Amino acid sequence: MGLSTAAPLWGAPGLLLTIALHLALYLRPAQAWAPVHRDYCVLGAGPAGLQMAYFLQRAGRDYMVFERAPVPGSFFTRYPRHRKLISINKRYTGKTNAEFNLRHDWNSLLSHDPRLLFRHYSDAYYPDANDMVRYLSDFAERLGLHVLYNTTIAHVTVNKDRGAWNGHYFILTDHRGQAYQCSVLLVATGLSVPNQVDFPGSEYVDGYESVSVDPKDFEGQNVLILGRGNSAFETAENIFSVTNFIHMLSRSRVRLSWATHYVGDLRAINNGLLDTYQLKSLDGLLESDLTDLAIVKDHKGKFHITLKLFMEEFFNQSSDAIPLPQDNNDNFAMRVAYDRVIRCLGWKFDFSIFSKSLRLSSGSELSEKYPLVRASYESKGSRGLFILGTASHSVDYRKSAGGFIHGFRYTVRAVHRLLEQRHHGVAWPSTEHPITHLASAIIRRINEASGLYQMFSVLADVVLLKENATTFEYLEEFPMQMLAQLETITGKRARHGLFVINMEYGRNYSGPDKDVFFSDRSVGHMEDAWLSNFLHPVIYYYRHLPTEQEVRFRPAGWPLPRPSALHHVVEDFLTDWTAPVGHILPLRRFLENCLDTDLRSFYAESCFLFALTHQKLPPFCQQGYLRTQGLVGTESLRQHGVESGLLWDSATMGQHQGASDQRPGDHGPGGHPLAPGPPVSPFNSNKEEL
Amino acid sequence: MMPSSFSVFRAGISFVMMCIFYTSAVDSPELSPQTFFSTLQPGKATLVYFCQAESPRTSMFLEELNEAAKPLQDYGISVAKVNCVTEETSRYCGSEKDLIKAYLFRGNIPLREFPTDTLFDVDAIVAHVLFALLFNEVKYITTLGDLQNIENALKGKRNIAFSYVRAIGTPEHRAVMEAAFVYGTTYQFVLTTEIAVLESIGPEDIEYPHLYFFYCKQVLDLTQPCRRILMKQSLTTLNIHRFIKTMEAPLLTEVAGDPTQVSTVHLQLGLPLVFIVGQQATYEADRTTAEWVAWRLLGKAGVLLLLRDSLEVDIPHDTNVIIRRAEEDTQVEFLALSHIDLIVFHLESTMNVEEMVKYEDMAELNIEIQDDEVEETVYRDRKRQLPLELTLELTEETFHATVTASDSIVLFYAGWQAVSMAFLQSYIDVAIKLKGTSTMLLARVNCADWSHVCTEQNVTEFPVVKMYKEGQNPVSYTGMLGTEDLLKFIQLNRISCPVNIMSVQEAEEYLNGELYKDLISYSSMSVLGLFSPTMTRAKEEFTEAGSYLKGYVTTGIYSEEDVLRLSSKYTVTLPALLLARHKEGKIESIPLVNVHVHDIVQIITNASLETFPEITVENLPTYLRLQKPLLILFSDGGIDLQHEKTILRLAKKKYLDSVTPCWLNLKKTPVGRGVLQAYFGTLPPLPLLVVVNLHSGGHVFAFPSDQAVTKQNLLLWLKKLEAGLESPIKVLPAQEWKPPLPAYDFLSMMDAAASEHLARKVPECIKETDMHGSDKEQPDDKSAITEESIGTSKMKHSSRSSWLEEIKKPLRHDNQEL
Repeated sequence: MGLSTAAPLWGAPGLLLTIALHLALYLRPAQAWAPVHRDYCVLGAGPAGLQMAYFLQRAGRDYMVFERAPVPGSFFTRYPRHRKLISINKRYTGKTNAEFNLRHDWNSLLSHDPRLLFRHYSDAYYPDANDMVRYLSDFAERLGLHVLYNTTIAHVTVNKDRGAWNGHYFILTDHRGQAYQCSVLLVATGLSVPNQVDFPGSEYVDGYESVSVDPKDFEGQNVLILGRGNSAFETAENIFSVTNFIHMLSRSRVRLSWATHYVGDLRAINNGLLDTYQLKSLDGLLESDLTDLAIVKDHKGKFHITLKLFMEEFFNQSSDAIPLPQDNNDNFAMRVAYDRVIRCLGWKFDFSIFSKSLRLSSGSELSEKYPLVRASYESKGSRGLFILGTASHSVDYRKSAGGFIHGFRYTVRAVHRLLEQRHHGVAWPSTEHPITHLASAIIRRINEASGLYQMFSVLADVVLLKENATTFEYLEEFPMQMLAQLETITGKRARHGLFVINMEYGRNYSGPDKDVFFSDRSVGHMEDAWLSNFLHPVIYYYRHLPTEQEVRFRPAGWPLPRPSALHHVVEDFLTDWTAPVGHILPLRRFLENCLDTDLRSFYAESCFLFALTHQKLPPFCQQGYLRTQGLVGTESLRQHGVESGLLWDSATMGQHQGASDQRPGDHGPGGHPLAPGPPVSPFNSNKEEL
Repeated sequence: MMPSSFSVFRAGISFVMMCIFYTSAVDSPELSPQTFFSTLQPGKATLVYFCQAESPRTSMFLEELNEAAKPLQDYGISVAKVNCVTEETSRYCGSEKDLIKAYLFRGNIPLREFPTDTLFDVDAIVAHVLFALLFNEVKYITTLGDLQNIENALKGKRNIAFSYVRAIGTPEHRAVMEAAFVYGTTYQFVLTTEIAVLESIGPEDIEYPHLYFFYCKQVLDLTQPCRRILMKQSLTTLNIHRFIKTMEAPLLTEVAGDPTQVSTVHLQLGLPLVFIVGQQATYEADRTTAEWVAWRLLGKAGVLLLLRDSLEVDIPHDTNVIIRRAEEDTQVEFLALSHIDLIVFHLESTMNVEEMVKYEDMAELNIEIQDDEVEETVYRDRKRQLPLELTLELTEETFHATVTASDSIVLFYAGWQAVSMAFLQSYIDVAIKLKGTSTMLLARVNCADWSHVCTEQNVTEFPVVKMYKEGQNPVSYTGMLGTEDLLKFIQLNRISCPVNIMSVQEAEEYLNGELYKDLISYSSMSVLGLFSPTMTRAKEEFTEAGSYLKGYVTTGIYSEEDVLRLSSKYTVTLPALLLARHKEGKIESIPLVNVHVHDIVQIITNASLETFPEITVENLPTYLRLQKPLLILFSDGGIDLQHEKTILRLAKKKYLDSVTPCWLNLKKTPVGRGVLQAYFGTLPPLPLLVVVNLHSGGHVFAFPSDQAVTKQNLLLWLKKLEAGLESPIKVLPAQEWKPPLPAYDFLSMMDAAASEHLARKVPECIKETDMHGSDKEQPDDKSAITEESIGTSKMKHSSRSSWLEEIKKPLRHDNQEL
């Protein structure tokens, strides 16, 4: 897992935790103190916990954050061990748009205070973890967030109560025996338990959490690293210049983040070992299931790799008697003796403090290190219990950025919006506009929205059409897998059709074995937009809100059920989707055809003409001109209009013209038998410029 | 002639039979050289093969030659084989080395010799032979210059059939030659194998052979190019024949009969007929449209103009296009299409053209061409440097300090949003006009750069203009997005609204316009509220109404002790409004009874309307709000005073209350010509009175041009209108505004690719089951590769030649037109 932005707070080595647990159990009788009530209890003052606290604070809610350590973000005080965060702190983008810049800021939390941007805390592109700690405590302090430090929640259980918001209260007990009664529980404890694989000899293995970070300790040694994630490579990176060689052993092949487009996979900044491996410098990568292995320590204190199978046969024998694979197979790859074996296998969620009654269970095989949640981040087992931050990554594991600060800062906001609607009747924030602003509203968001960009294919914008599609409501960053429940979650009506605006990579582009540099990878023409490979906006149109069934049984590989119509905005090298013909025009045509109307904009003069020659006006004239807000334009624009054939040339109007080469743009709209089609046909409009 | 010569050849065959051929029934006669020359007839073309010895190569050739004999006979060309093995050798037999040669004779004169390897199959034989015979009818060219020379030479004389084929001797070459055999005397055929020539003509996919028809005959002006029509179907003899037939047919036929009965050559050729439904009143325009459609559909369908008025059969009311297909069992379609492109679209989407894939044809619909006038004009103007420095650009850092430090007008726009960029130009014009004179600061925020400022100011759409004044909430500008109206708004905002008038003297000055002389040009009416000092509530209501109208109407308030002096002067009871119309120099008084803000606003707004206004682009919406039919006097220039008087007098007597009388100055509002053209088809003599009933039925009535505009005539006419005794000259179309063009249908494209993928996957699966025990991971990899390659093959504008190629496209795009 990506260490950089993962934010487990309870990152204490297992030992510490068990002590705390014992203490808590021991102290239990003291619970007699009256429980303190809070509407919202947040577990953990890591990035996700603080982010949630910020939103609760701004909304004026009754909340409390519980933090075991004396400071926020304590995970980062120790991890990553080598102190370099691999989350990008991009300080320059050439743009001033603050929202856009968040697309390239992977460390900041969301707030209204521009001083609380991470770029003010570090100049490094890959910042130091201490800066993160400093940032998080500033964030908590400056915003005055309510955090109870030095408070270890030792036990969480649930108490049925009909009067409670969710039919029950969550009862939290801290290490002093103080109980807290919470209407809603927000768990932002991250992943705190190191993953361990049980095999004979695993006791000889150094864990990532405790292994020395001083390269001197590895000089002239043969090192074996178990794992192939960023922590494994980060460890290798630190020592590979002084070791004899490093072998890296993992169950499956290495996944490169630039091939998978998943930031949790191996980042290029850590991949020095791949380089030395492929350039024949003694280091190497091997794949094998760790559970089949065993480690034998010989009389010189060196470690040998053998099979668990052999160990079982020679149970209780001296280590030198245990057969090694090379005894039969003299070119066995790992026949060399190792001085050190280091385990870097990532972390998992700490389920231990949660009572069974919470029914907080782990996910499927692929994501068993995470608690099982819905796409709304609410636990499947208990209503009112939400998982935030790194621990919530099961929703988009290996897909999007939900396990990292730059992703979960948005999912936390989505959870907060859901809570505001559920418990306080505050509908999902939205803006309402006349339909003629639809294309602009979408263009604006796909060009600047950071939530859509970071949490691609997880959070999507939703456009709800109003009756007759003359106006629409725009909702930002809705968890798209919850589309069927949109009305309850947002408190909005979706009775007249909707658009969903998502960002997607090409369907077959990402994967550990994919050649992401193949020569035809870039798509330039808008007609081929559906073949775009790089992240690009995709817009789904539904006449009716999809049902839960439809969402669940959507076609394989689709983020949403099959829509009534679909539009891809062609990928753009600069991620700047504002080209009038390349991006905006096809989008407008798509919207027009979905809504069955004409969404072009017109100058006041054209609207005047239509007003006197048609019984109905195009929406732009209705919503602008007729409300005395027509676009008058200037003489030079008019001139261009006449030249392009799109505007009436009043000088020649009404004059007879040669029939054969007359362009349709030359005759009046009334004379056009096909009114109210465009009075002006687009044909030949380019020809003029030749 | 054929049968006789045939029998002679027969005799020959029976005479010499030395070479053994794989001959079949329709055999080419085989002769000895001597016999052969004796059979040659003057003027008759013969293809002769002189055969030396047998080899597998020659036998294959002879097989092809035999097959070619029949089609060549159809063109009056005989085929013969001459056996050189017999003792009488001929010089055509050549030496043993070059044993394989064929000759074409006309009479006994050799025209050409062909190495037999150029005659590789039937198509090649027929193509080569015809090509040699028709060298006058078919001009072979290699450069664009050649083509232009021919084109220029034939202007005003003959039309040209120009074709590109990949090589001489291909099936498509044969098809062209066969067509040339039939039409060569009527049209000049031009042939090239040079791809460069084709490229210079059109951007079509040049991998395929092409045939263009050049209309040169009617081009009389030598500087004009000939109109070119591309044949869309593949080059087969039948297709070319059909295409040329349609080129010969009249471009547009006018019919009066039942569309289900009409027949033209198109139907016989299996092409649909498209009827454009017009009417006598708009004949000219309809005909132009129909001609335009005809050009678009040339070679694809026959286009006919059908005048509704002349028709006895009934066709649905809103129909403007009728399509009748050649297939017998298909129904005639009555369509109401909103755009010319849709005809083409409709026709092609349902036409059974073999190679047609729906989305491939979309490009032809020009859906990639900008049809939004604002977008296009702003784009065309993008390189002009605006004096942006005349307005202050605000940023996240400077915004708050600036708008709190001074009274400011702020334009919120987005650099990529065309409407706001168009308005930015007007905004800059305002800045130019106000330069150095205004106390109001003109500023702007580009929301593309400073998104948060805009969101914070509640700006979520563009453009928005807000006015920030110290101690007041920001006010959004809601007027026309143009220089004049915004200027007026800014100017009128210089004074507080309502203005507190301090003395009767000042009130008089205010009313006669002297107090704010410089503002009179912006507000033709000044409103003064008169209240006794104790009427606090009424004053409050009025003050609120005044601030609501701020920037649009000048309002003032007077409530000093001596207010009665004014109320008695204008004979009105308090509270009251005095309306001073500066243009007319009149002051009206309106008593205010139990009125609220909303009513006061309404009263003032209504009062600001004129009885007989000059209608302009800017003020039409205000008058349309009255929801009455418009009585418009169209005038080319200033209004006829007599007419004005007449109408004003009628209006005064309340005769015109059911309509909104107004006049339109074509000099000032030239777009009025477009209106007239829509009503009359052409520009009628002016001045002219028209009643337009926009709100019910869209009927347009014209005041009879032979009548003088007098009170009596006008009243009589209006009465007749009301009684429904007049028939409209035009009914305005009531259609909704539909999408001007279709969009890309990406879903279908994906479906098509997916089904193709499935189809491909089947054989692959079979293959895989054959190879037992192959690596488990492999199938996955394979399917991934297949999918990728599908993507690429589906890509219409493949970037095979790199993204740089893409840039060149639009440039070429431009000269693709006919």
